[in-house]
Amino acid sequence: MTPTTIETPSARPGGLKLWLERYPFLPALIIVVALLALNGAFSPNSLSYRSLTGLLSTYMALIMLAIAQTYVVSAGDIDLSAGATLSLVNVAIVVLMEKWGGGAGAVIGAMICGILLGLACGVINGIVVAALRLQAIVATFATSIFFTGVALYVMPVAGTPAPALFWRTYGGRLLGLPFVFYVLAALALLLFLLSRTRLVTQLLAVGDDQQAAYQTGLPVVLVRIKGYALCGLFSALAAFCLTGDTASGDPLVGSKMTLYSVAAVVLGGSALAGGWTTVVGSLFGALTIGLVNSLVFFMGTPSEWQNFVQGLAILLVLMAGVLAGRRARA
Amino acid sequence: MNAVLSFLKKPLVIALILIVALLYLGENLSPGFASADQILRLLIVASLLGIVAAGQNVVILGGREGIDLSVGGVVSLSAIIAGNVMNGADGGIVPAILACLAAGAFFGLLNGLGVTLLRIPPLVMTLGMLGVLQGLLVVIRNGIPSGRAAPGLSAFVTQPLALGIPGIIWLWIAIGLFMAFMLTRTVFGHRIYAIGSNEHAAYMAGVPVRRMRIGLFMISGMFAAIAGLCLLGYSGSSFANVGEQYMLSSIIAVVFGGTSLAGGKGGYTGTMAGALLLVILQGILTTVNIDESGRQMVFGATLLLLMLFYGRGKAMRA
Repeated sequence: MTPTTIETPSARPGGLKLWLERYPFLPALIIVVALLALNGAFSPNSLSYRSLTGLLSTYMALIMLAIAQTYVVSAGDIDLSAGATLSLVNVAIVVLMEKWGGGAGAVIGAMICGILLGLACGVINGIVVAALRLQAIVATFATSIFFTGVALYVMPVAGTPAPALFWRTYGGRLLGLPFVFYVLAALALLLFLLSRTRLVTQLLAVGDDQQAAYQTGLPVVLVRIKGYALCGLFSALAAFCLTGDTASGDPLVGSKMTLYSVAAVVLGGSALAGGWTTVVGSLFGALTIGLVNSLVFFMGTPSEWQNFVQGLAILLVLMAGVLAGRRARA
Repeated sequence: MNAVLSFLKKPLVIALILIVALLYLGENLSPGFASADQILRLLIVASLLGIVAAGQNVVILGGREGIDLSVGGVVSLSAIIAGNVMNGADGGIVPAILACLAAGAFFGLLNGLGVTLLRIPPLVMTLGMLGVLQGLLVVIRNGIPSGRAAPGLSAFVTQPLALGIPGIIWLWIAIGLFMAFMLTRTVFGHRIYAIGSNEHAAYMAGVPVRRMRIGLFMISGMFAAIAGLCLLGYSGSSFANVGEQYMLSSIIAVVFGGTSLAGGKGGYTGTMAGALLLVILQGILTTVNIDESGRQMVFGATLLLLMLFYGRGKAMRA
């Protein structure tokens, strides 16, 4: 055989496949760009700087929650209590900030407590699922009921307002740029730093083949607990964004967001079975959900049909996400 | 001694012991909790959950991470369809049953096609379907009134039918017998376990895996539809998202019944006990005098505690 035959395209991975391997979030990015274009076609106003900033600050909480979910999915687990953790941190920081007077010190103190609370919820989930070896779906559903109970204890009815300092900062501007851009930049930096840690690689190793990871000497139980802790941490960050957006506490606010966070992870192109995930994809997945919702609105869909069209559109992009993700992994 | 121990470790036995213990506890906390009337009422509520869990059970038994998150949506949809088809008239019961079964089978078929032909993981497919169903509910509820249950249906669910026991409990018993027969005595039942424990081996042995799996999702949809119909009879009229509560509790009932979420192992008798256990636990929590937050905390913690009794995963071994 002449050397030229070795150089045929079939002998090395195709260009598209190589791209997908290096940038697994590409399909999700393409969907986001397409949705942005559609939004612009139906209502040019929806692409204005102001609308996009608004979209970002509304869906930043879901972006954070989707990223939280991605870390447990990496290890082949799932967290159905992420939304309940978000609710709990939301009511806890609102109550603490009010109790401590609503000044800058109170806000920072409450946020530190919120992060610790989120971590604690995550560690509880990790212990229940990884150390006690309960099935993740049902066990985290049980902890979500427990966390919701605690949230209801902290704040029985929704409506306590967050201090003005908090939501004015989140919704306001800093040095001429919307504050939410700084949140996004900080998130990007955090994700970049995390992606260079050993933990993320370990999570993926556990998700890819738990037995193999164990046999190579990984402390599988500890790694999974750390994954849940990371999920709790990002759920707390999601709660901060949500509190900044809604400016109040609501003990049940997150319950509807859990399943959306799972959907966003799949939309982003990650495999629910674990071992192959992309946090950037999850970010785009959450944006996809936001853009679908706004598109349905801007298309002038009659209000009673909006939920149905949203549901159908999300089901279709979910299917597309699964198929594209599988193609990338194949 | 070992025989006794392994008997006590059977999920069905655990569930039955826990049921008796909980009834005893409930009777002590509020006298009259374990009276015949109360137990009948708990059984009615449990039968609604148990019927949904029957469908959930076969999907889970079929393996490949089988799960149906759309059952809650189908229950709500079926309650609304039934209410409108019968609209308070006994003559409409049969058409309502047929319409509900058709709707349940249709959405089950869609789930099954997505899972088999497109190979979408069941969790994702049924989650997406749940969103579609919830949207559909909004559309339907905007266009038409919610409808009323026929007196005959309400009587079937709430009034004694024979031996002082309401018809729905007889229906649940019949479903239990049917499921036991189907799972242990028919080729179809054996094939469910076959594809659940080793899909590839089943395929090589000539089991029509795809058609089987589509069938399981259709069965799940139809059981959810029957439950929606009965739920309408229980409450008289349907309200928004009435079925939502069944989504995860049906899965928990299956787990409490000793069926592994990994598939291929378990049965329906345990699930019946699991559904009853769950309903009794909720019943106790509503009778004791604590506020909602405490109730949820106790409920969540108790669920975790009970799960410890059931099939925990294997420890990692080199």
